[in-house]
Amino acid sequence: MEEDQELERKISGLKTSMAEGERKTALEMVQAAGTDRHCVTFVLHEEDHTLGNSLRYMIMKNPEVEFCGYTTTHPSESKINLRIQTRGALPAVEPFQRGLNELMNVCQHVLDKFEASIKEYKDQKASRNESTF
Amino acid sequence: MAAARAVQEMRTRVVLGEFGVRNVHTTDFPGNYSGYDDAWDQDRFEKNFRVDVVHLDENSLEFDMVGIDAAIANAFRRILLAEVPTMAVEKVLVYNNTSIVQDEILAHRLGLIPIHADPRLFEYRNQGDEEGTEIDTLQFRLQVRCTRNPHAAKDSSDPNELYVNHKVYTRHMTWVPLGNQADLFPEGTIRPVHDDILIAQLRPGQEIDLLMHCVKGIGKDHAKFSPVATASYRLLPDITLLEPVEGEAAEELSRCFSPGVIEVQEVQGKKVARVANPRLDTFSREVFRNEKLKKLVRLARSLSSQQGCCHQTC
Repeated sequence: MEEDQELERKISGLKTSMAEGERKTALEMVQAAGTDRHCVTFVLHEEDHTLGNSLRYMIMKNPEVEFCGYTTTHPSESKINLRIQTRGALPAVEPFQRGLNELMNVCQHVLDKFEASIKEYKDQKASRNESTF
Repeated sequence: MAAARAVQEMRTRVVLGEFGVRNVHTTDFPGNYSGYDDAWDQDRFEKNFRVDVVHLDENSLEFDMVGIDAAIANAFRRILLAEVPTMAVEKVLVYNNTSIVQDEILAHRLGLIPIHADPRLFEYRNQGDEEGTEIDTLQFRLQVRCTRNPHAAKDSSDPNELYVNHKVYTRHMTWVPLGNQADLFPEGTIRPVHDDILIAQLRPGQEIDLLMHCVKGIGKDHAKFSPVATASYRLLPDITLLEPVEGEAAEELSRCFSPGVIEVQEVQGKKVARVANPRLDTFSREVFRNEKLKKLVRLARSLSSQQGCCHQTC
């Protein structure tokens, strides 16, 4: 992923502020010079396989994405490089944002279904306990 | 049609062969298979997805998730282990420790004691804040002194009879409410989860007198903050008999799997094997050691069906 000769590092996207006057980057975009915005490497700080693998899966499910992969740079550093290459001229930020939103929707749906299932199980158990009396 | 079945198997099953495992990776991405629309469709996902709770009690939870990929199930497992917050002892102020257990060992053990407190009702402590306020700290006191039992028999050698308070348990920990905590939390709700965890052992003349501060944290920081003893998931087993198995072979087959997986029934005088409950199998792959039987069975795991299991402390 880092075979590009000249790197143009742009710090964009979210910045989380930890305390007064101290700002920590959460996201960086790295783009090789000479390419347009359709192949980009995103560097996500303070992230690991938890977000990396699930986000990679969601982005790969997008038919506009030609390539998506992620890697942890080194086990001592907690950051991941996520590379997205899109078909045609679609800017890579778009499937990235879409993947994040879709992942949020999936998790929300799983949470709703899980809570409903737990409640149903508890109700069933309660009614079964009552019926044995 | 055999090709269609093979493709279907490639997409949905991890097959355990005699010498290796096939189709491990998820391949149903758009463009991989012609004729299949694999693009992400939230509605299709919602329609196919379901959660079935298999077992739920105070200490463990087992449930099935059907229609979700392993990548996301694994993310849930990782989050359960490392990013769900709990309260645990962080700072131990030792006033007096004349026991055999060193201060730091004792502090380490106290940190690992699970605390029964809902972390959602507390906030994280600000960095650099040494004192701690009522919104981010719980205080416990542990004060135990061991003395000789004056009423013990002369020649007894049982420590339970000879000494008083020689074993320090978590039930000796008392909660010291800060600020308005006494109003917010009724008596008995803030305590260690188990009251019979042995912390240290004492002999007459030894005393432990300390104050503990509990804060909110996550497993990534220190494993003591992890809410689960463990969380795991596996792909649900899928065992198919490629040919009918009858007679003595049926009995042999049922012995190759965990008990309850293969059921031998009497059908028209003959013994016939049937896959009764593939869930119970732990895939020892004993069947591959039997020359006759290994051709008759397909061992697989379902790629879209996960069984999640978490064992908790509370």
